[in-house]
Amino acid sequence: MEPESPAPQAPGGGPAPALELRRIDKRFGGVHANRSVSLTVARGSIHGLIGENGAGKSTLMNIVCGFHGADSGEIRVNGRAVEMGRPRDSIEAGIGMVHQHFMLVDRFTVLENVILGAEGGRRLGEGIAAARASLERMGREYGLEVPLDEETGQLPVGMQQRVEILKALHHGAEILILDEPTAVLTPAEADQLFRMLALLRDQGKTVILVTHKLREIMAVTDRVTVMRQGAVVHETATRDTSPRDLAEQMVGRAVLLRVEKRPAQPGRVLLDVKNLEVRDRLGVLRVKGATFALRAGEIVGIAGVSGNGQSELLEAVAGIRARCGGEILVEGRDIAGSDPRGMGVAHVPEDRLRMGVVAPFSAEDNEILGYHTRRPFSRNGFLNRGEVRRDCGRKMADYDIRPPTPWLRITLFSGGNQQKLVMAREIDSKPLVLVVGQPTRGVDIGAIEFIHKRIVELRDSGKAILLVSVELDEIMGLSDRILVMAGGEIVGEVPSAEATEKALGLMMAGVKGERKE
Amino acid sequence: MKAPARLPRWAEFGLLPLVNLCAALLISGAIIRLIGESPWEAFRLMVTGAFGAQDSIGYTLFYATDFVFTGLAVAVAFHAGLFNIGGEGQAYIGGLGAGLVCLAFGSWSPWIVVPLGIAAGCLFGAAWALVPAWLQARRGSHIVITTIMSNFIASALMTYLLVNVLIKPGQQSPETREFGPGAVMPAVDVVLGKFGITFAPSPFNLASLLALAACLAVWVFIWRTRWGYALRVVGQNPRAAVYAGISPERTIIVAMLISGGLAGCLGVNELMGSQHRILLDFPGGAGFVGIAVALMGRNHPLGILAAALLFGALYQGGSELSFDMPHVNRDMVVLIQGLVILFCGALENVFRAPLASLLGAARKAPLT
Repeated sequence: MEPESPAPQAPGGGPAPALELRRIDKRFGGVHANRSVSLTVARGSIHGLIGENGAGKSTLMNIVCGFHGADSGEIRVNGRAVEMGRPRDSIEAGIGMVHQHFMLVDRFTVLENVILGAEGGRRLGEGIAAARASLERMGREYGLEVPLDEETGQLPVGMQQRVEILKALHHGAEILILDEPTAVLTPAEADQLFRMLALLRDQGKTVILVTHKLREIMAVTDRVTVMRQGAVVHETATRDTSPRDLAEQMVGRAVLLRVEKRPAQPGRVLLDVKNLEVRDRLGVLRVKGATFALRAGEIVGIAGVSGNGQSELLEAVAGIRARCGGEILVEGRDIAGSDPRGMGVAHVPEDRLRMGVVAPFSAEDNEILGYHTRRPFSRNGFLNRGEVRRDCGRKMADYDIRPPTPWLRITLFSGGNQQKLVMAREIDSKPLVLVVGQPTRGVDIGAIEFIHKRIVELRDSGKAILLVSVELDEIMGLSDRILVMAGGEIVGEVPSAEATEKALGLMMAGVKGERKE
Repeated sequence: MKAPARLPRWAEFGLLPLVNLCAALLISGAIIRLIGESPWEAFRLMVTGAFGAQDSIGYTLFYATDFVFTGLAVAVAFHAGLFNIGGEGQAYIGGLGAGLVCLAFGSWSPWIVVPLGIAAGCLFGAAWALVPAWLQARRGSHIVITTIMSNFIASALMTYLLVNVLIKPGQQSPETREFGPGAVMPAVDVVLGKFGITFAPSPFNLASLLALAACLAVWVFIWRTRWGYALRVVGQNPRAAVYAGISPERTIIVAMLISGGLAGCLGVNELMGSQHRILLDFPGGAGFVGIAVALMGRNHPLGILAAALLFGALYQGGSELSFDMPHVNRDMVVLIQGLVILFCGALENVFRAPLASLLGAARKAPLT
């Protein structure tokens, strides 16, 4: 692709960078989200922006897209200043954003979604025909083929993300910003995405990848900028750095990337699952006869491409999803018809914000969720406010939750601290079995290390842990034994010492291929 | 969609409602000006009409009592994520329950009949709310629709009962005979009189104490009991409720029963406290005003108390106004009340963003 006009010159000579941010400063109330951030992104490169949750990455990118105005500073695209705080101007300057949560109309077809906001003329027909031709061309050029006439909501998540990317390109984006694009993808889909991004770069587009995952930065970017507490703390070419180095820059101290644990010493069976069958709301059988046991003092991980029944299995074991067959026994007693928490099953749900916490509630009110009927939190039906606050304060100190303010609304805590609050609540309930889904989703590195340590501690105190995660690294690092799920069945079991990413991937994928085509 | 801007607590609960109220009064003033009356004079008449004399204060507090009951009813349902539009019908049927008890046992001692009447009012109101609650919990029928419809059904049912069944024989207007002497909620002036304090007579009666007790009880229930906690979890995040082992279905039903029971207490104030018989349309729209009261009061009992007082004053002051100003008729007063409801209820977010940025700027100013 040829640029239509010669590249504009920067004042100092040489081609102007695709995007230049100068001393961007932004406060939200008392929070200084961006502190005089300057950033230069070269045309035709993939630039990584990495930092912990709350480091100010998303704020910065939202300023670039015009969703927020900055308090001071300026944005230049190809050397020209762009008016800030006006999404229209940003789009016209060629900036396109793919959000973590897609901005698509589920009931529209792919084509209708893509032309949304760029309908081209009063009559839809012409715009659609033109769009179809250009999308087919882009699909071929960038390896972004999507079925244009399918209803968008019916497509797999990875496909929907392609639609978002196509939409941005169709609106004329030369600079593509992706915010945590792999949060919803399987490892294979993520790799596919990275190949597409590389292709886009080779065609002259500029890509900014916002993430907190080191692996992605190392795999795909040309340069990387590290943000911490609203400021840029480090910038380098990706080939001159290492994951360890970047992690230290992000957190501001040395961190442990591997989980440290002694070999497991499994004891008696605490959880026994036999021939478990679970249907989803539509009546589709999602777990097909799963049988496994969990012993005291071991962590069992369930690996699998998401959507292969792990979530349903997890929720059934936690007692919040009805099963249609089989047994779930805790110390020999079936949990059916009783309160699983009362029987010693604690549950850290996969989707923290949708299920694990009540967003408008304070931290302390969230700390009793599920345990609000227990002493000492409630007595004769009345909540013991003083005790609830004292208990929350104690957990906050114990789990290093910041800020240690029990009455603060939970959403004002970072993702990592929210997750620590959920972990604290569930682990402190003294469970026999802890069922954990995505323990470190949307959690910063420092907190990941901490959460992993706590899970291992719980194991070492003789409890059983069932772990579901989309991060294969996490499954392999944390589990003592790995079950692989595909198509709703447990297709394999490996001691984690013998597990390799490749072997697990094959087990995960073999059945997947069969299911798809 | 933009999330509503956040305000500090004092602005959220004090300044914003005040600004909304002022906006409503400003437009009302402009309209009064247009029809050729003086807005200042009208405003003065309304204030003195509501608070100028003992009996007008009594009327204001009497109306406010109605609004406390219906406002609390809306608020309790709201905390469970339910928009109960059916306060009017629940109050109507609640009044039927209270009235039937009073008709049947009116000759007994008030120490028995009054508590019995209150209980029957709550019970009938709750029962009327149970139908939409059950439909919502078990069948997913939207509570807004079903409660609206139950208002119409309540109205039709009451008309039928009063015209055909309960009507006092040998009389034209569809109302029952008067309750017996035991079925009277004592008026405040009468009670004060016993202590030697003279207070001008008005319908203001001891049901207002019940309303205050209900405020306290609702506060304790919502924020200090595990059931109130469960109710708020269901209202804010039903999936988290399931996760926490709370049954949303059961919670919805409990919330609506309480809501209906509170609305039913309006019958105690209106019938046992003032009318002493069952008559057509005695709730008079108070069930709907309760929605505005709850919204303006931020679903908090203290806020509801304040908002109910305001609306009580608007009602009482408004009717005085229509007596004293030839061009301001009854409809005009309804218009003013409607504007207040509009600005404090439906449009309550209009001034939020400007206020937030104004306050934000004010807070930042000393820094720069």
